[in-house]
Amino acid sequence: MGVDRRKFLKIAGISAALGLGGSVGWQLLRPGQLDAAEEPWNTPYQWVTRDHGALKEVPNPRALKGKRWGMAVDMKKFTPATAKAAVEACNYYHNVPSIPTKQDIKWIWLAPYKNVFPEVENPMAGDYTDMDYITMCNHCDQPPCVRVCPTKATFRRDDGIVLMDFHRCIGCRFCMAACPYGSRSFNFQDPRPFIKKQYDGFPTRAKGVVEKCNFCAERLAVGKLPYCAEASGGAMIFGDVDNAGSALRKALRGRYSIRRKPNLGTNPQVYYLV
Amino acid sequence: MKLYNGPIIIVGLVIFLAIFLLPFYISGGKTAAVPKPELPKKSVATECVMPTEYMRTSHMQLLNVWRDMVVRDGDRIFINEKGKHFNMSLTNTCLSCHDSKAKFCDSCHDYLAVAPVCWECHLVPKEKK
Repeated sequence: MGVDRRKFLKIAGISAALGLGGSVGWQLLRPGQLDAAEEPWNTPYQWVTRDHGALKEVPNPRALKGKRWGMAVDMKKFTPATAKAAVEACNYYHNVPSIPTKQDIKWIWLAPYKNVFPEVENPMAGDYTDMDYITMCNHCDQPPCVRVCPTKATFRRDDGIVLMDFHRCIGCRFCMAACPYGSRSFNFQDPRPFIKKQYDGFPTRAKGVVEKCNFCAERLAVGKLPYCAEASGGAMIFGDVDNAGSALRKALRGRYSIRRKPNLGTNPQVYYLV
Repeated sequence: MKLYNGPIIIVGLVIFLAIFLLPFYISGGKTAAVPKPELPKKSVATECVMPTEYMRTSHMQLLNVWRDMVVRDGDRIFINEKGKHFNMSLTNTCLSCHDSKAKFCDSCHDYLAVAPVCWECHLVPKEKK
């Protein structure tokens, strides 16, 4: 013989009453006993994040400030020697590896005119069409790489620099497909064995992230110009496009400048003076 | 009740127990020594950026906040509770006092079997001898 309806309802009722009243009764008799134990790591800092205060940051007082950073390459002053110096300075100070295959990593490199300026005719380029041009990330105003990045690992700063947050990059390479300038490289392997001489002041990258030119954001933060501009001996002019008094704007005022693939509407901020 | 294939089962159980209990036998019932991370010499530094208790439990959160401040906000200077300023850099600030990764970071991380990915990119300065 099992349980009849009357007995079942009685048991159910008593159980429900115990369940509802149990914890209340416990609290009345032994207050505080059921609370989570006070763990030693439950300090006031436990969940400190930027949103919850307590941790403070200040901008670097020496940082160069600009509304819209840009670069001009003066092709009149530009020689193979300056190009070599600029590329080598960048590669060394950013720990850019040199891999002798198609998997090479490029931040700044040389390419012939016809590859740098396809699609659009530049009749004013005249004498400068048989030269090698120095190319890097154009830090576009409308960066397609930022639009496609699913993790916001690449983002556009308020001063116009399109930056990579390597911590967030998941290596999907959408940005490489989106970039019309081929400015991005993927680490197919651990880059460290391919770094000829390691510079201790800048991190390397890891396998599985995309990297590119960062307009030397780490240099601007301490009030210095990018390595390539410094090493080029005046052939590469870095400055604020929004500031009419900047060296960059002066250079752009005096000369005819061309930009890469203007027909795409990305509004690149690297100008070539021809 | 009859145990079928008794000898095989019992021998198997004995072998299983022997292998299972082997680590206890080898360690002799003792626990592994609790790591003692080597702090910087008093001549190098007496204070960290935050109180020791906080650093012990939450240094990883602090490093994450530092990372976001530097990379996303572009600000590189951190002010601690006492108002002191620090450059937010793992390699250049943390490791300039804690100059031995092996004796400081790794001693606890190895004990707890955690493998932070920091060092895949961030460089460890060569140790001075």
